[in-house]
Amino acid sequence: MMEQMDRPGTPAVREYLTFRLGGEEYGIDILKVQEIRGYEAPTRIAQAPAFIKGVTNLRGTIVPIVDLRLKLGCEHAHYTASTVVVILNLNGRIVGVVVDSVSDVMALPSDSLRPAPEVHGAIDQDAVLGLGALGERMLILLDIDKLMSGLDMALSSETEMTAA
Amino acid sequence: MSEMHQEANGSGDSIDLSQFYQIFFEEAGENLDLMEQMLLSLNLETADDEELNGIFRCAHSVKGGAATFGFADVAELTHQMESLLDRLRRHELQPNSQMVDVLLESADASRGLLARHQAGGVGESPPTADLVRRISVLVAGGVLEQSPAPVSMPAPSPVAVVTPKTASSGTRSLQIRIGPLDKPEQADAILELFRDIAGLGQIVASSSDRADTRVFAVETTSSDDDLLDLFEFHVSRDQVSIHAAQSEIAAEPSAGYGFFDLPGTQAETTSYADDPPPGAPLAPLPGFGFFDGSPGAPDLKEVAGATAGATSPGSKVAATNAGTKAIVPAVQAEAATIRVAISKVDQLINLVGELVITQAMLAQNSRALDPAVYQQMLVGLADLDRNTRDLQESVMSIRMIPMSIVFSRFPRMLRDLASKLGKKVEFVTQGEATELDKGLVEKITDPLTHLVRNSCDHGIEMPADRLAAGKPELGTITLSAAHQGGSIVIEVRDDGRGMSREKILSKARERGLEVSDQMSDSEVWQLIFAPGFSTADVVTDVSGRGVGMDVVKRNITALNGTVEIDSAEGFGMKVSVRLPLTLAIMDGMSVGIGNEVYLLPLSSVIESFQVNENAVNTVGQGSQLVKVREEYMPVIEMEKLFQVPRFNSEKCNGIMVVIEADGSRVALLVDELLGQQQVVVKNLESNYRKVPNVSGATILGDGKVALILDTAALVRRSRH
Repeated sequence: MMEQMDRPGTPAVREYLTFRLGGEEYGIDILKVQEIRGYEAPTRIAQAPAFIKGVTNLRGTIVPIVDLRLKLGCEHAHYTASTVVVILNLNGRIVGVVVDSVSDVMALPSDSLRPAPEVHGAIDQDAVLGLGALGERMLILLDIDKLMSGLDMALSSETEMTAA
Repeated sequence: MSEMHQEANGSGDSIDLSQFYQIFFEEAGENLDLMEQMLLSLNLETADDEELNGIFRCAHSVKGGAATFGFADVAELTHQMESLLDRLRRHELQPNSQMVDVLLESADASRGLLARHQAGGVGESPPTADLVRRISVLVAGGVLEQSPAPVSMPAPSPVAVVTPKTASSGTRSLQIRIGPLDKPEQADAILELFRDIAGLGQIVASSSDRADTRVFAVETTSSDDDLLDLFEFHVSRDQVSIHAAQSEIAAEPSAGYGFFDLPGTQAETTSYADDPPPGAPLAPLPGFGFFDGSPGAPDLKEVAGATAGATSPGSKVAATNAGTKAIVPAVQAEAATIRVAISKVDQLINLVGELVITQAMLAQNSRALDPAVYQQMLVGLADLDRNTRDLQESVMSIRMIPMSIVFSRFPRMLRDLASKLGKKVEFVTQGEATELDKGLVEKITDPLTHLVRNSCDHGIEMPADRLAAGKPELGTITLSAAHQGGSIVIEVRDDGRGMSREKILSKARERGLEVSDQMSDSEVWQLIFAPGFSTADVVTDVSGRGVGMDVVKRNITALNGTVEIDSAEGFGMKVSVRLPLTLAIMDGMSVGIGNEVYLLPLSSVIESFQVNENAVNTVGQGSQLVKVREEYMPVIEMEKLFQVPRFNSEKCNGIMVVIEADGSRVALLVDELLGQQQVVVKNLESNYRKVPNVSGATILGDGKVALILDTAALVRRSRH
């Protein structure tokens, strides 16, 4: 795989962190991931959307925690020992997302991505980069920046303006 | 000079500026270095505004600092540089290499002067008269002669041979005749030249024997050529004749020039005793006033004198400008300070904050341990506790700077303003040593400036009015700072006319604000913070337009501070600004609501009490009022407002906490009071967003995040 990356002309290979939400497997750009932690109950914030679990202390930084399972409409959102928080660094803003479990890191050449078919769901079509096929497994590759800066996440600076 | 300073210092708690000298020297050095770099990289043809403005700012900063600290010679020189740069940046002049040369030399000379001040005034100061003159020529749009008069840099020993004609130092008495002129008034312009170009010398108009001729008696350090160059902008060169004063007297003894009534020789020996007779070898005496002609010495007296004259003698202000000799050599220890990027300090503060939290967590967890078994560990933890606290204190103190940094800018501003308004004002400062977070100091300066300006403009009456009201002619504005608990209170007081309740109320009605005559005084005073509100009868260019007080209020509120006004009509007013000591740390009271913990800024907590069932009344749409000592107060049920889930119904809403913000009070209904603690304030917005009714967050001893309640927002909420 490394050889592929080094050789010019071949499609670019990007690495994705894959995780499970309910029965589905998702992937996000590994470069956005800062660290992975176990889930601890955060401090609740009143009048916030249900998928914003609250804020937590990440070594002195106050970090909002978003439950992706609630955001993407999974049936169950239980907090177990394997529930993890993926800490993302999105252009300097630190956000934690709750997922059921983290699988592994996969490298996918960009030509193995398939455009996502038009489906109705909890995810904006814009926020899906495509589908990655790896053998039998299907990965839903998310554009995590887009997903997180959606208006209702109140994470982008524009939202702050309108909220204020 | 030295007497002056002692006198100024005699007045008890005068501002001791010497403690800031080191900072000034460092900053000035940096500014000069920066200016030099920019000058060197300046492209003369394509110099853009950015570059020129940058260079100007450097000169301006150095000048400002030098003037504040009373280094008149530096201020003088940099002032000249600034004038030149000002004309350049306004594109009134085209930059040329001569200018760059002169500016670079001036920067060197400024460094020399500063080094001398830093060394406690020991050693010679580099001569600057010639530089000043050359700059003034350039400022006036002139061109320097090809080889500028050599600047005699301070030689190791003062054995320079000085010829009386072209000496760049050494004062000469001259008589200058200008004429015959068609309009002799033209010649009067050179009087202004001497006035404008400090360091050029003294000039006195003498009586002339002819109507079309002007005669001036001049004492100057400049050479004849230099003077002619300067005069050329006003009168033609060949109409000017310059003579040494004494020879003139000898030649025309009957002319009777008032100023030179003394025999020339006597004038030479008495007035200029420091100057050797022409041609005589200079005695290499240590401390000989060789450079008395340099602008520093005479000017300093003027500045100091002016200040002392404008304010009452011996007032605390005089110290500001009279401090040149105050530099104690002890201050000059090399590397007494280091300059560090503020981000590094903040990082340090953050890390120490973390350490404190970790330490608190350890302390909490170790409480359950058996002291008999874990004795050593518990001792270690106790040490850790003490050390972390000390460490936190020292780290926080890095950011703390004394209020005098802010106060020191006011005497001058007030003096100018008072003379402009024709008022007599004495400025008194108290508690300059009170320390405040640097970030706050920067943000508090503008609001304070506004308040002081307001006091001078609206508060203090004209001297005649004051006398008529039976007050002393001299008004007093007092600026004080003091620590009160976890906050700093800054007060601006004046003994002027105060505010009129009726006037404010009628003004408020005019503007359609909801007011009633039953409003308490403090509520009435709060009205002046409404946008666009002004009770000034006359809008001056200083204040009275009504912009300002609302901005002051907003700026201070943004710093988690409060503004209170107290006024008695005819006796003056007092504005108190209460600020947290630092933006980073707050004294908080933690309250429990359900299973959650919230923090209230201790500064806004007035009292707390157990609720009596019958003390709470419901009004209208279910909003509640509680009676506290004959006063009804709105109640905010925190449980409802914050949608706190309730798991056990046993411990329930038992405590009311009364908070005050913006002059009104509300009672918050909470479950329990958990305690008071210092907390590190963290920003929620940096990673999340503004949360209603919450001003920030903090990390508790157990590592959990607790939200800090925004008392001002809660009070506002209760009003609607």
